[in-house]
Amino acid sequence: MTSIQLIVFLPLLAAIIAGLGNKALGKLPAKLVTTGALFVSCALSWPIFLSYVAGDAGPMVVPVLHWLSSGSFEAAWELRVDALTAVMLVVVTSVSALVHLYSWGYMEEEPDQPRFFAYLSLFTFAMLMLVTANNLLQMFFGWEGVGLASYLLIGFWFRKPSASAAAIKAFVVNRVGDLGFMLGIFGTYLVFDTISIPDILAAAPGMAGSTIGFLGYRFDTMTVLCLLLFIGACGKSAQLGLHTWLPDAMEGPTPVSALIHAATMVTAGVFMVCRLSPMFETSETALAVVTYVGAATCLFAATVGTTQNDIKRVIAYSTCSQLGYMFFAAGVGAYGAAMFHLFTHAFFKALLFLGAGSVIHAMHHEQDMRYYGALRKEIPITFWAMTAGTLAITGVGIPGTLFGFAGFFSKDSIIESAYAAGGPGTFAFLIGVTAALLTSFYSWRLVFLTFFGKARWAGSEHIQHAVHDAHGHGDHHDHPDEEDSGHHDSPSHAHVSAPVIGTAGYHPHESPLVMLIPLIVLSIGAVAAGYVFHHAFIDAEGGAEFWAPSTLAFDAHLMHASHEVPLWVKWSPFAVMATGLVIAYLAYLRNTDWPAKFTAHFHVLYDFLLNKWYFDELYDMLFVKPAFAIGRFFWKRGDEGTIDRFGPNGMAALVVAGGRVTRRLQSGYLYTYALVMLLGLAAAVTWAITVS
Amino acid sequence: MNELGFPILSFMMAVPMVGAAACLFSGASTARTIALIATLVDFALGILLWLSFDQGAGHAQWQFQEYAPIFGRFAWAMGIDGIALTLIALTVFLMPICILASWDSIEKRVGEYMAAFLFMETLMIGVFAAQDLFLFYIFFEAGLIPMYLIIGIWGGVNRIYASYKFFLYTLLGSVLMLIAMLWMAREAGSTDIPTLMAYNFDPQVQTWLWLAFFASFAVKMPMWPVHTWLPDAHVQAPTAGSVILAGVLLKMGGYGFIRFSLPMFPEASAQFAWLVFALSMVAVVYTSLVALVQSDMKKLIAYSSVAHMAIVTVGLFAFNQAGIEGAMMVMLGHGLVSGALFLCVGVIYDRLHTREIDRYGGLSINMPKYALLFMLFTMASVGLPGTSNFVGEFLSLMGVYEASSWVALVCTTGIILGAAYMLYLYRRICFGDQKNADAAAMPDLTARELVMLVPIGLSVLWMGVYPESFLSPMRGDVQALVARIAPAKPEGDAKLTAGKPQPAAAHGAHEGGHEGEEKHATAGEAH
Repeated sequence: MTSIQLIVFLPLLAAIIAGLGNKALGKLPAKLVTTGALFVSCALSWPIFLSYVAGDAGPMVVPVLHWLSSGSFEAAWELRVDALTAVMLVVVTSVSALVHLYSWGYMEEEPDQPRFFAYLSLFTFAMLMLVTANNLLQMFFGWEGVGLASYLLIGFWFRKPSASAAAIKAFVVNRVGDLGFMLGIFGTYLVFDTISIPDILAAAPGMAGSTIGFLGYRFDTMTVLCLLLFIGACGKSAQLGLHTWLPDAMEGPTPVSALIHAATMVTAGVFMVCRLSPMFETSETALAVVTYVGAATCLFAATVGTTQNDIKRVIAYSTCSQLGYMFFAAGVGAYGAAMFHLFTHAFFKALLFLGAGSVIHAMHHEQDMRYYGALRKEIPITFWAMTAGTLAITGVGIPGTLFGFAGFFSKDSIIESAYAAGGPGTFAFLIGVTAALLTSFYSWRLVFLTFFGKARWAGSEHIQHAVHDAHGHGDHHDHPDEEDSGHHDSPSHAHVSAPVIGTAGYHPHESPLVMLIPLIVLSIGAVAAGYVFHHAFIDAEGGAEFWAPSTLAFDAHLMHASHEVPLWVKWSPFAVMATGLVIAYLAYLRNTDWPAKFTAHFHVLYDFLLNKWYFDELYDMLFVKPAFAIGRFFWKRGDEGTIDRFGPNGMAALVVAGGRVTRRLQSGYLYTYALVMLLGLAAAVTWAITVS
Repeated sequence: MNELGFPILSFMMAVPMVGAAACLFSGASTARTIALIATLVDFALGILLWLSFDQGAGHAQWQFQEYAPIFGRFAWAMGIDGIALTLIALTVFLMPICILASWDSIEKRVGEYMAAFLFMETLMIGVFAAQDLFLFYIFFEAGLIPMYLIIGIWGGVNRIYASYKFFLYTLLGSVLMLIAMLWMAREAGSTDIPTLMAYNFDPQVQTWLWLAFFASFAVKMPMWPVHTWLPDAHVQAPTAGSVILAGVLLKMGGYGFIRFSLPMFPEASAQFAWLVFALSMVAVVYTSLVALVQSDMKKLIAYSSVAHMAIVTVGLFAFNQAGIEGAMMVMLGHGLVSGALFLCVGVIYDRLHTREIDRYGGLSINMPKYALLFMLFTMASVGLPGTSNFVGEFLSLMGVYEASSWVALVCTTGIILGAAYMLYLYRRICFGDQKNADAAAMPDLTARELVMLVPIGLSVLWMGVYPESFLSPMRGDVQALVARIAPAKPEGDAKLTAGKPQPAAAHGAHEGGHEGEEKHATAGEAH
């Protein structure tokens, strides 16, 4: 049993024990088993990662079990470890372990804890299967496994209709992406006669320029394959068009959002593109599409993020936008930068989500930032952690030096690479800088609305409820931990006048230690991860060495070029970051009437953004409603109205009617029979004469 | 005779037959016990059959053969290959579960009911084991009778309509098949199925023979548009009847295609592949959308069966190993999963006596074990990797992609629609708040119900994680079939061209093309 097998299968074992043991096992043992397993996995993962950073480890594949073979098709359960896997291993196990720990505090009042922890561990197992996959089928197994876990966790509070609806939406929208992924696997197998990733990547350059028939037309083979696989990546990583499930996924408990919908699962698409990067390199068209889709998502999500009021939704759109950065980085060929942003983003975004969870915990499940304010002094550790996260995501740092937070290294590298790459990269560069401005604005807006200004708690129903409970009979809760998102951001509420100022006598409490420790650890990551690891991930020489034992197509020339970009390019992310900060400061701290004035003036634009570009409405009109209407039509008009009516029922009726007619002929009168005989005879004679 | 020293196939058919006779003459509780013992004995014999089936390289295609002439060319000829073996195993595995499912819910005419089920088992094994054309026909058609009785006597309110519809629909196609069989026996001078499988019929005649067989198998399958008997039959049938109907009877159509249409009429099969593809594509989309709007649980699952069976037919007519093996795996997986889903419906139907989805809700709260198992089967039905249905769906869709990317695309939409209707069903039954006091008061699974559902759940996972156990007995037979139909195989639509040789400078400066290539080479070696 090598350590990689332990890393991957311990979480599965823990999930089975906690899940099947459930209530019989009890809360504490379930928590201990799952959290313990994850910390062991995490402790085993870091040495592997560090050995790759040190440059003294090669790729290896550990076989587990034969899986599926049919003709020349072979797929095995096997665990691949290389530099790329190692990065994902530490991201997944570290964030997962911390989220497990955090959930001890966050889910304290939840009666169904064993189930929750079992799902979390199950998710981790599936994610690890995904990142250790050595063939496309196992990757798909992990892909669907994380989808299942995500579905279960979004719908964890299954009594809430909005949660179960969001869970289905997440699963079904992801399936649209999976359709592309599956067809991509079919096509890849058809072309390469194997689904083993290293074999495909080795053979891919040889297929560049060939053509294939697809849906009746002929296309460039590699473009078709890459784009089909990319559709899968778009689904899982919530790229524009298939992003609609991600904001709704915030119905799940906040630790879930941190783990699945920020740090790990949603980055699976980026991981896939990087894992298969030599394949994408063979098709310029595919790379251009990746770039444009990434850039478009990046901008779209950032614009929506500026108007949301639910703290978790702001961060959700921020995640979506950051994923866009990663994709266009991959699209321009800067896979190292994409993976680096994935790596740093995992830390600071998990931090922001867990911080948000801590705020929500303190504010008695209120998620609407309009009812926050002045929390800086009340929950100082959360405040400092969130600030660290915000400094990291907005990319604070001094260009040209090594002083900067994690996001500074990764995001600036992406923006510079895009510029250096030219072509579609130039477009991506412009979008990336614009989005950086918006990122800075919405991130600081979140901090200012939450931690600064005057307390606006009195207007919150949750706070009123809490205060009432405290005065009344103690611990009377309906569903203690259920979060209540999305209720306040309907357009009708958008123009509500400024919330009531006042604390309503409520005293927020800082979260317990089990929740603060993960915040602190992640804060360290958000501050230092960029500085510590930038050499290995994105440095032209260091990166080439680090990524060599992996399938990632590291481009040293591009990374060189990205260091040589003009000075204004280097400073532009800094400038827009500062601008966003200043605007947020002016609008939310100095002149707090600005936002209201702005929304009143540009209400069409504001509504457009607040309603997320009306994607949900559009899809509902285009797909959901027609699916039900057509289904009903097929059922009532097709099956019952046509097939049954003219088929079995029609035949039955015909037999009855025919019987009625023939019964009439059997009249019993001799003269009728004689007449018929005569007519028949005449006809027969006529025929005989005319024929001969 | 065979390796075991006794005619195991005949024995497996005789055990339930004797049990059936005994059930007819005994009281309710004795009949239940007799039926359970008989089916368990048959299950044990099934395990013995599987274990003694030679799967080694170069094994005989037909094993456990028995031959006893009756009169003329007509003979009691039995024998199985790997394909039949897996389907027999499915049958004997599901039967004891069906008996358990009927334990309490059937109260009237228990002896007759159990006898009908046991008789059914005899006939189903007979269908898969028969090696004589007419023997097959007799078993194939006689299977209608017990099912007709089960629906018509122990069924729901509208059972008479459903049972007649079922009977007439399925009989209609069979008449044409009988005519074709008579012609074939005269032409080939033999009624031996293995002989006929190797006989080359004139391609022109094949067309007509193929169509005659198709009429029968398409109804049994069922394929769109001759599927409308299935929802009615399922809705009206008692739980165990639905399980056997979905689990085994629907597989007879697919088995027919594998055993008759493809090997006996390869040219005609290739010629009509477009027809099968077209009907299947319609079926996947059409019946999935219909399933989405159902308010009756059983009807929903019945429609989903039609969609899944369409994946079987496209896989079969893909003319390649992956497609046919995938189709077999879908049949086995669907047999387990849809059977289990009907059992899940039966569990709550027994408690509340309604199939209306809206009467339930929030069952996760009061029936957590049920919710867990139902989730497992829902996910299996959706085709989640790691469960039985994924293996089958994946292989058969991959097979058909080689034949036509259009068919693959349209049929793969089934995974989206399937997720939509199954999760929507699950949500309405298990999620949400408890709406009705009577549904909220339902107790969780009893020991008997757990004994029914857990083994199916484990098998579903086994088939998903290590499908090799199920693929290996049939591999040789599918290879033989693929070799048999290979000359007629239609060309796929991919028509891949060779890659152009790559000049080193073809990549833009930013792409670093050959650096990448070197790296792949090392990665490839590492593998």
